[in-house]
Amino acid sequence: MPRQDPKVRGKNFKEVALGYTDEMAVREANRCIQCPKRACVEGCPVYIDIPAFILAIREGNIEEAVTILKSKNALPGICGRVCPQETQCEIVCSLAKKGAPIAIGRLERYVADWELKHGSNPGSSSSLLPSSGKRVAVIGSGPAGLTCAADLAKLGHEVTIFEALHVAGGVLTYGIPEFRLPKNIVQNEVDYVKSLGVEIRLDSVIGKLATVDELLEGGYDAVFLGTGAGLPMFLGILGENLNGIYSANEFLTRVNLMKAYLFPEYDTPIKVGRRVAVIGGGNVAMDAARCALRLGAEEVYIVYRRSRIEMPARREEVENAEEEGIIFKLLTNPKQFIGNDQGWVTAMECYEMELGEPDASGRRRPIIKPGSEFIIGVDVVVVALGTTPNPLVPSTTKGLEIAKAGTVVADEETGKTTKDRVWAGGDVVTGAATVISAMGAGKRAAASIDAFLRS
Amino acid sequence: MYKILANEPLVPNIHLIKIEAPAIARKALPGQFAVVRVDEFGERIPLTLADWDGEEGTITVLIMQVGTSTQKLAALNAGDHILNLAGPLGLPSHLDKFGTVVCAGGCYGVGAILPVARALKGLGNKVICIIEARIKNLLYWQEKLQQVSDELIVTTGDGSSGYKGWAYDPLKEMLEKGGKIDRVFAHGCTFMMMLTSEATKPFGVKTLVALNSIMVDGTGMCGCCRVSVGGKTKFTCVDGPEFDGHEVDWELLAARRTIYLEEEIRSLTHWECQRWYKPIVKVVEV
Ligand SMILES: Cc1cc2nc3c(=O)[nH]c(=O)nc-3n(C[C@H](O)[C@H](O)[C@H](O)COP(=O)(O)OP(=O)(O)OC[C@H]3O[C@@H](n4cnc5c(N)ncnc54)[C@H](O)[C@@H]3O)c2cc1C
Repeated sequence: MPRQDPKVRGKNFKEVALGYTDEMAVREANRCIQCPKRACVEGCPVYIDIPAFILAIREGNIEEAVTILKSKNALPGICGRVCPQETQCEIVCSLAKKGAPIAIGRLERYVADWELKHGSNPGSSSSLLPSSGKRVAVIGSGPAGLTCAADLAKLGHEVTIFEALHVAGGVLTYGIPEFRLPKNIVQNEVDYVKSLGVEIRLDSVIGKLATVDELLEGGYDAVFLGTGAGLPMFLGILGENLNGIYSANEFLTRVNLMKAYLFPEYDTPIKVGRRVAVIGGGNVAMDAARCALRLGAEEVYIVYRRSRIEMPARREEVENAEEEGIIFKLLTNPKQFIGNDQGWVTAMECYEMELGEPDASGRRRPIIKPGSEFIIGVDVVVVALGTTPNPLVPSTTKGLEIAKAGTVVADEETGKTTKDRVWAGGDVVTGAATVISAMGAGKRAAASIDAFLRS
Repeated sequence: MYKILANEPLVPNIHLIKIEAPAIARKALPGQFAVVRVDEFGERIPLTLADWDGEEGTITVLIMQVGTSTQKLAALNAGDHILNLAGPLGLPSHLDKFGTVVCAGGCYGVGAILPVARALKGLGNKVICIIEARIKNLLYWQEKLQQVSDELIVTTGDGSSGYKGWAYDPLKEMLEKGGKIDRVFAHGCTFMMMLTSEATKPFGVKTLVALNSIMVDGTGMCGCCRVSVGGKTKFTCVDGPEFDGHEVDWELLAARRTIYLEEEIRSLTHWECQRWYKPIVKVVEV
């Protein structure tokens, strides 16, 4: 798939991957052998009929491909871009063993982009079931909430999404940067969900404006919690509150949600930094590092305490980052931050690490090399260590069981929580995971809520 | 979109803005704040709720014109709209029947202290309000505060009205004379809250301050507003904004409030240049 040149794209926020042309898409679709195993469908957390939509592309019937995709996945333009296909549908593709698997994600994106270009296919009311007269409140408009809401609306229920922020989309909007997931794609898919009749109330912080119990008493028959894992973790080391040190959530929110990369046209500022260190090795760290580079930093480091193979980020994104000139400081862990007398970070003292025995995660445990401390000069630091669920809803909802990690306890198959008439799914249940797993959870919960409302 | 019902300049640089927000007005409690985004280009800024009326469905905030967002707000007229308003956020003030309580206010905090004082009075406390201003012309809301307090002490830096000095001066005097004060609440600029806390510390009078950290989302998602209280990192937006003033790391708070000084000037210059040519900032709906 064509991509912007690394030297050029490192200076702009436009999308990196440019997408297939019609010919490329047909050529790729033609490679699919339509094998009877259909392992790809099993590999997909929302069971998209992958062979069928690929066949439709091959036959030049893209509209049909759109219909097949959207019958299972309300957000194909998003999933085609950010799903880890390499560990889901593509890894089990029959062609994977013989060489390259079918590029399912790229084809999915192609179909979604085709639809966007050729006029979108609004959720026609004919495809909706007649009104059930039941009302559902969905908390959070990330992929879990949007999917659950879309499915419930199609099934004839009246759905209201309550979103704390001023734009819908959850992490898709505030976290994942424009150059990886353009915001007009997210907006378009949010509009599709609205076209199904879902009402989205922005600026509505549940737990504050109204509690879950108040929603249940106030006329909603069921509630779905899709509030994500939005609480940032910090290292808890000396100097972490110095000026210039951001959580990844803050850094990315300023850039993506508040459009600080367009400052001063947009009012929200951000510190650009000359030498930026991003701590962590996941997708979030890659996104933050690549944002810092695009904002104009001279040098950007990824500081990660294990080695490359343990990095949780998608390989594609690590490669993209490397091509753009991000410097990887592996087996390195910060000990403390050093600041000047105005309270600004100026340097970071780090340990060198080595790998020991595998730990609970199955990855080899990083161990400090004694006496290995060294200093890296930095003026901006982004801490991307992960997130846990925000306690705003759990702490204000009686009868909701919360696990040690702060996650909401819910049945894996149905999303049912320990509280009557309340379901949950996505990152708030699993901890930080993926877009598609959040969508899968939203779908399963919608089915369970529907069954409950009809019983 | 949220409609502005009134915009009144109270004193130079401070405006009272009343906004239609029935859902927030129904739930608001003393000490809470709202996050405002004026227009499509705007920042998200926290503003303490200075008043609200659940029946009328309105909230009132006082803004001090300092940066782009507050300048934009001050330039709006009744009938105009702001794009986003989320609240009520933060934990409410910890109010109870304490006995004798001092409520100290400075700058916009003179307004912010009103609902706290009113609720404390309602709980049966003896409420002494102390407000400060640099000069007489910057004093406001004396009558309103008078109504909710047993005693109102006015201080001015130049002595042009009332007591010459700052809010902590009469407070310190009371304590030095052996006056019994069971609790102090202080709302104002960082410096005012720090000095008030320092004044009460030797006497061991618990002093609650409403911290004014820079925020983005206001819901605990970003950690921009982190402060150190009793040696522990806290988020002002969800763990506060009210904290024990004797435990706050004031130096850190003051430093973190200056992070964007340069950018704030650039932003304001940019906005003023634009406004010079386009006198009305159009609120664009997204
Ligand atoms: C920077 C970044 C990059 C990522 N990259 C990828 C990737 O490439 N591929 C991938 O598959 N996954 C990726 N992920 C993970 C993925 O985005 C998440 O797993 C997914 O978004 C979770 O969806 P969700 O619906 O559970 O929650 P979220 O997307 O977090 O949405 C939750 C929503 O609920 C709202 N909310 C929270 N509390 C309240 C409340 N009290 N009241 C009202 N609303 C509330 C929030 O504001 C938010 O909008 C990435 C995550 C980040 C942060």
